[in-house]
Amino acid sequence: MDHRPHAWGRPRDDVYGAYDPSYMQTNVPNQHTQSPIVTGTSVLGMKFKDGVVIAADNLASYGSLARFTDVKRLRKFAESSVVGFGGDVSDMQYLDRHLTELAIDEAYTSTTTTPNAQPTLNARNLHKYLSKLLYHRRSKFDPLWNSLLVAGLDEEGAPFLAAADLLGTTFTSPSLATGFGSMLAQPIMRGIVPDEASVEHVTREQAINCVRECMKVLFYRDARSLDSYSLAVVTKDGVELSENEKLESQSWAFADRIKGYGTQTV
Amino acid sequence: MFRNNYDNDSVTFSPQGRIFQVEYAAEAVKQGSVVVGIRNAEELSSYQKKLFAVDEHVGLAIAGLTSDARVLSNFMKQQSLSQRLTYDRAIPLETLVSLIGDKAQLNTQHYGKRPYGVGLLVAGVDDSGPHLFEFQPSGLTQEMLACAIGARSQMARTYLEKNLDKFADCGRDELIRHGLRALKETLVQDRELTVENTSVGVVGPKEPGKRPLEAFKVYDGAETKDWITSIADDTEAGGDGMQVDE
Repeated sequence: MDHRPHAWGRPRDDVYGAYDPSYMQTNVPNQHTQSPIVTGTSVLGMKFKDGVVIAADNLASYGSLARFTDVKRLRKFAESSVVGFGGDVSDMQYLDRHLTELAIDEAYTSTTTTPNAQPTLNARNLHKYLSKLLYHRRSKFDPLWNSLLVAGLDEEGAPFLAAADLLGTTFTSPSLATGFGSMLAQPIMRGIVPDEASVEHVTREQAINCVRECMKVLFYRDARSLDSYSLAVVTKDGVELSENEKLESQSWAFADRIKGYGTQTV
Repeated sequence: MFRNNYDNDSVTFSPQGRIFQVEYAAEAVKQGSVVVGIRNAEELSSYQKKLFAVDEHVGLAIAGLTSDARVLSNFMKQQSLSQRLTYDRAIPLETLVSLIGDKAQLNTQHYGKRPYGVGLLVAGVDDSGPHLFEFQPSGLTQEMLACAIGARSQMARTYLEKNLDKFADCGRDELIRHGLRALKETLVQDRELTVENTSVGVVGPKEPGKRPLEAFKVYDGAETKDWITSIADDTEAGGDGMQVDE
């Protein structure tokens, strides 16, 4: 008889063998997203006097492989704002579904009977919400691996453009770009809109042309980019989203002068 | 000896389909002192001893149990703040009011709970314009153009109904005077509106139809003097509304 109380009622070691505690390992660390897998590259956004232009290409890369070439990375919200997603595509899909749900909830709770009812959540509200969501997730050490641009109008009807990233960091500026774009496209856009005051003098055409030009520069220089892209224009009249834009008048004349990469020996 | 068997709790229906505990709670509102609220396109106002600001753009007036009102108003403050933090926006009035409506209705449906013994007038301005809501202990909420709750409030409602068409074109001060005249209707004989027993809560845009908002402010004591004296000269018992004889 084993007289130690803690052994009473337990399977006897002399009958069943010593218990193997490795089966009890339940408190292993949680495994969360620690690196993005399928990714989207840059998102560009730029304000003009009546609204905002935003663009992103249609590529989802699997490492350096151009895996999916028809992934739409711009998303309308409540027919009044656009969110552009860079970074992990599965997290983008999660956010996309989450935003669909949010838009439905808001459509139910907000007044539809009042004559001058405004859009439920404007771009500023949406950006604040997304940045809080991103910060919440990074605080759980389970970040949503994205960098976002939110384009639309604020409560005053003025153009609104802001960024949020996987840490919950926020930033706002007359022109914004995420990823490679922040190095390659941002300086070009700043040439057109160096500060808030200059936004007043930029027309819709100027802004669109500048963003198209930037998309081209990115396609030349960013190996994870594509020549098919989405472009959206947000004004007080709503969102015009075109998802099958093609880069036009490309010039690769410079290409054969590039040396020093890969296997070439010349 | 007659005894009502169906009023022991708030989850028992009478054979006629009534819930007596909820009706008793409505009685508590009638015993609370009167509050009046009016809104038009650019102004709204409400008056009573107990006026609270919930947020910059919302205020409320209570009739009934002050302690229950405090519970509701604290809850509303929290909800308003939470919307400012997560969405950076002023909570829409309809959202806010339906939240307390649901909260109050829950109390009429759970055994061992009791309904709130307070009625509220919730006034505020959001993206869709000015709103005035009435809240009842049953959880019922209604949007109103003008409303009065509390003791002898029927007289005020009569005044408001008669003058309803005028409110839309009123300026801010004229609308406040209408509210005060309605309030005056409810007074018992030999009582008058004074700076001691009257306060006025106002929220609205600084300029009609424009955006910058003048935050909900409660005017007390001497601040209400000009308005009160300006309606003191009106004909006895409520000015133009009552002179129906031809």
